[in-house]
Amino acid sequence: MTTTTSRAPQPAAARRPATPRRRPFNARRAGAWVLLALAVAVSVLPFLWVFRTALSTNGALATQSASLLPADFTVGAFMRVFGLQSPADAVAEGGSGAAIDFWLYLRNSIVFSSITTAGAVFFSAMAAYAFARLRWKGRNAVFSLFLGTMLVPPIFTALPNFLLIKNLDLLNTMLGMVLPYVFMTPFAIFFLRQFFLNMSREVEEAAMLDGAKHLRIFFQIVLPNAAAPIATLALLTFIGQWNEYFWPLLVGSQDEVRVLQVGLGVFKSQSPQGAPDWSGLMAATLVSALPVLVLFAAFGKKIVNSIGFSGIK
Amino acid sequence: MMTTLTKNPAARSDQRAVRSGRIRRGSLRRYGDLKIALFFIAPAMIGFVLFYVVPTIRGIYLSFTEYNILGDPEWVGLDNYAAIAKDPLFWNSLAVTGQYVLMNIVLQTALALGLALLMDRVAKSTLVRGALLLPYLMSNVIAALLWFWMLDYQIGIVNQFIEWAGLPRVAFFGSEEWAIPTQALINTWRHMGYTALLIFAGLQAIPQHLYEVAKLDGASPFQTFRKITMPLLRPVLVLVLVVTVIGSFQVFDTVAVTTQGGPVNATRVIQYYIYQRAFTESDFGYGSAIAVILFLILALVAFIQMKFLKGNESDLD
Repeated sequence: MTTTTSRAPQPAAARRPATPRRRPFNARRAGAWVLLALAVAVSVLPFLWVFRTALSTNGALATQSASLLPADFTVGAFMRVFGLQSPADAVAEGGSGAAIDFWLYLRNSIVFSSITTAGAVFFSAMAAYAFARLRWKGRNAVFSLFLGTMLVPPIFTALPNFLLIKNLDLLNTMLGMVLPYVFMTPFAIFFLRQFFLNMSREVEEAAMLDGAKHLRIFFQIVLPNAAAPIATLALLTFIGQWNEYFWPLLVGSQDEVRVLQVGLGVFKSQSPQGAPDWSGLMAATLVSALPVLVLFAAFGKKIVNSIGFSGIK
Repeated sequence: MMTTLTKNPAARSDQRAVRSGRIRRGSLRRYGDLKIALFFIAPAMIGFVLFYVVPTIRGIYLSFTEYNILGDPEWVGLDNYAAIAKDPLFWNSLAVTGQYVLMNIVLQTALALGLALLMDRVAKSTLVRGALLLPYLMSNVIAALLWFWMLDYQIGIVNQFIEWAGLPRVAFFGSEEWAIPTQALINTWRHMGYTALLIFAGLQAIPQHLYEVAKLDGASPFQTFRKITMPLLRPVLVLVLVVTVIGSFQVFDTVAVTTQGGPVNATRVIQYYIYQRAFTESDFGYGSAIAVILFLILALVAFIQMKFLKGNESDLD
């Protein structure tokens, strides 16, 4: 169990300049592996600790605070989080007894992330097509403006956007929550335009000579050919939306539209102050992390390879 | 915003592509596709205007008004800015955020660079990279709660270790001197692997033959690192710094779910202060004015980094 956050991998940086040696000394390679393993442990082990805590009983956590196995195994924390425990049972197990329903938050998170991802990716693909394949006056200027929005800090537009949603009477509605994200993200447009520019034009040009219109070319040639990068983009966008906290906190504070991240914060603040409901909190954390963990297990390679310069070629 | 770093080098390469595309296409089609382009761009344009352009202008306008949501904004000129200049809480938030950014960036960049070099040397496996990336895929809220538990004063596992080591327990979230370093450590934990992967990608892009030539010339490993790796990695490092510094200035989530600005004012970072002024105290004009200042600070920081670290020039060309 390595749990020191920072100190552990630091020797990596210290040792760094000396690493390259012409004759790879085996002890040196072993040392490098140990440091990497340490970093991996620091990154991954906390999740196991969360899992262990979520399966524990609050009362036993204090006495068995360093046991690797769940302290007094129970699934009560998960039941509490999903609102399946009676308030009396919940309080008996160290919960707050306040109503909490992570099923609802889970559903809201899925709806929020799916709608914004589908909309943003599709509309951004359309815009990217116009930026990459169509010729029109002012195209590059407009594209630069779109790119410029990546530099505006979200907090800056969040206040006026909140006022707009409020004026439209859309506070605490799913529509109000998805609106700012659903039309595009500057990053998605940039990412897809980049890919379209590098795609071969031959098929499109042949289709055009046959009299195909842009709409058909976009749907029947461009989109299918770009299926792989669009999938990657959708994956990254979905995870980003899933983790969004600030905007849903402002606009979706009521139960019926509350997403998991906001629900987690509320659950934490309801937790009894003196003896927090740790196992409930960790069960809730795990539930909130689970969909991303599943996506990561299924598409990890795609995600890992998308980090860095894979967008260029 | 996972791969934003591709921004600069890519922009250059697409210009080239556009140019060559233009030449090829010119013979095939007549000049304008404006009508069909308007159709394709319309949805994105609606989002762009409604949720980026208008709020940017409105945000600047609001910063010159007094506005408590009820009623109409009332123009007060520079009053908000004058008040901010004399507001000790604002200066405190600036100082606190500065400490956070500094600690977080130094630690995170050093660790990430070290990890990237290690990966480049011994382990290019996707599994290792995936494991290191895992914390980044979790939300800030999850990262915050996870560490809130592990760093708990009474029964957190980290304090157990500290006690076994014979040291006094640390109130990571509860003491004024530890609260900000703790927030910075959480963020470092979450971003370390991701940043390492970005730098690693930059290392992979350095042509192998340069290393071979250096070897033939009898360069020592340290010389190779200083004369080849570092200069060629510089554009990537600068972009990494610009992105992480800007992101780090906007810390909010971890503070909001753990310390909420406290103890006392120890973690009242800028964005949290804006949030409090605007949403808790319904002072939208004042909040907007601080947001404008934050925006200016970020623009300045990015400009300085790009200019003085010459992030947009590669030594490869």
